[in-house]
Amino acid sequence: MRKCYFDHVATNPLDSRVLDEMMPYFKEEFGNPLSMYELGSKAKEAIDNARGQVASLIGSKASEIVFTASGAEANNFALRGIALARQNEGKHAIVSKMEHHSILNSARFLEKMGFVVTYLPVDKHGVVDPDTVKKAIIKETTLISVTHASSEVGTIEPIKEIAAIAREKKIIFHTDAVATAGNIPIDIKDLGVDLLSMAAHQFYGPKGAGALYVREGLRIVPLIYGGIQENGRRAGTENVPAIAGMGKAAELAVNEMNSRIEHGRRLRDKLLKIKSSAENVHLTGHPENRLPGHASFCVEFIEGEAMLLLLSAKGVYAASGSACSSKALKASPVLLSMGIPSGLAQGSIVFTLGKDNTDDDIEYLLAEFPQVIKRLREISPYGKGWGIEGEGGQCTVQK
Amino acid sequence: MKFVEDLKADVTTDIVYMMCPMHLLKLEEKIRELDDGQILEIMTDYDGALEDIPGWCEKTGNEFLGIKETEDFYKFYIRKKVRKQ
Repeated sequence: MRKCYFDHVATNPLDSRVLDEMMPYFKEEFGNPLSMYELGSKAKEAIDNARGQVASLIGSKASEIVFTASGAEANNFALRGIALARQNEGKHAIVSKMEHHSILNSARFLEKMGFVVTYLPVDKHGVVDPDTVKKAIIKETTLISVTHASSEVGTIEPIKEIAAIAREKKIIFHTDAVATAGNIPIDIKDLGVDLLSMAAHQFYGPKGAGALYVREGLRIVPLIYGGIQENGRRAGTENVPAIAGMGKAAELAVNEMNSRIEHGRRLRDKLLKIKSSAENVHLTGHPENRLPGHASFCVEFIEGEAMLLLLSAKGVYAASGSACSSKALKASPVLLSMGIPSGLAQGSIVFTLGKDNTDDDIEYLLAEFPQVIKRLREISPYGKGWGIEGEGGQCTVQK
Repeated sequence: MKFVEDLKADVTTDIVYMMCPMHLLKLEEKIRELDDGQILEIMTDYDGALEDIPGWCEKTGNEFLGIKETEDFYKFYIRKKVRKQ
């Protein structure tokens, strides 16, 4: 049976060139980077090299990159670290409703510690209006965090505009770029953010490696206490193979960015034909300003999980909502925040394409998916519609 | 402990919230970069530095000038020793 992997926002396969770069640090070059002898200095060199490669991916200085174990850790570090470092100036933070759980749950943690958090609304495409950011700012605001792009609906946010507002008010601005770093160009100076989170496995690097860009001169309270790794900002013996792999993956992403984007866009546009091959299938997220290989839909009258199961039986691997929401079997808060009714949000399905997907993969999906929808609607209690308004049935889509 | 006011430093390094022993590593690194007789200001929130930095100065022959306390952190002032010609 054909296997088609369309879940690149969940994770990417490891590039074999990245694995080659990592292997020596699993085997003969196993030293601790803090050790004074040659084994240690070889490991340290690998980390220094990777730091430069990751910095090149976003146009920062190498010294501004702090390696973490994941994008989620980078997000936790940014939110808690800045809120705590600046708590004497104020205890108010702003985040959007589009954020990943690692931001939303960090924000909830801050609330339990006595901070006040404003959750910004989004429009029907999932876009944060910079004006709402401006209106949410109060004297006590010390931190704003808005995702660069939603992995769930693919919408790219107006980060440059929001960063400018934060800068004018001398508020620290963080963006979660886990879905974008390595996938679309990022120039940290042009974006104007103070902190930015990345994850290696989102651009063909290994799991277990992430990074937080911290603008030079910014104070941040550590998340993990211990030794002097990462310039005294993140303790723990470094995962040298993973960091070396992240560096190599960043280098490859820089070199191959344009061709990957072009490839992703072309296949994505082809995949969007799904909308015309079955009725009542709605694109979610922004129609144009979205991640290159990202196609997300809400399919009326059926559930996302059921679609995933039937597609999986045909060798097609996709997602429904974020990886975490999918496990929780509940309507995605991101879709609900975009004004999508909960019934329709249950029918969420997300296809995210990568550099190794082919035209044949898309043809296969276009042939199989309408059959899956048809089959599920035949057995769905809502197969012929949402039922009578007022009896839990009415459901409208914002056009 | 010696407290100082209005001391003008030639170089400032901010290591607030960076973990121990960054205060000693940065101190060593920055002093190395200074010219003889120049003054280094180190900003840190690490209480242990109150013992460590004067102790390091005594051991290395650099002059510990004193500290200034702010609400959240300390400022340490160190003058690099003048080497004999």
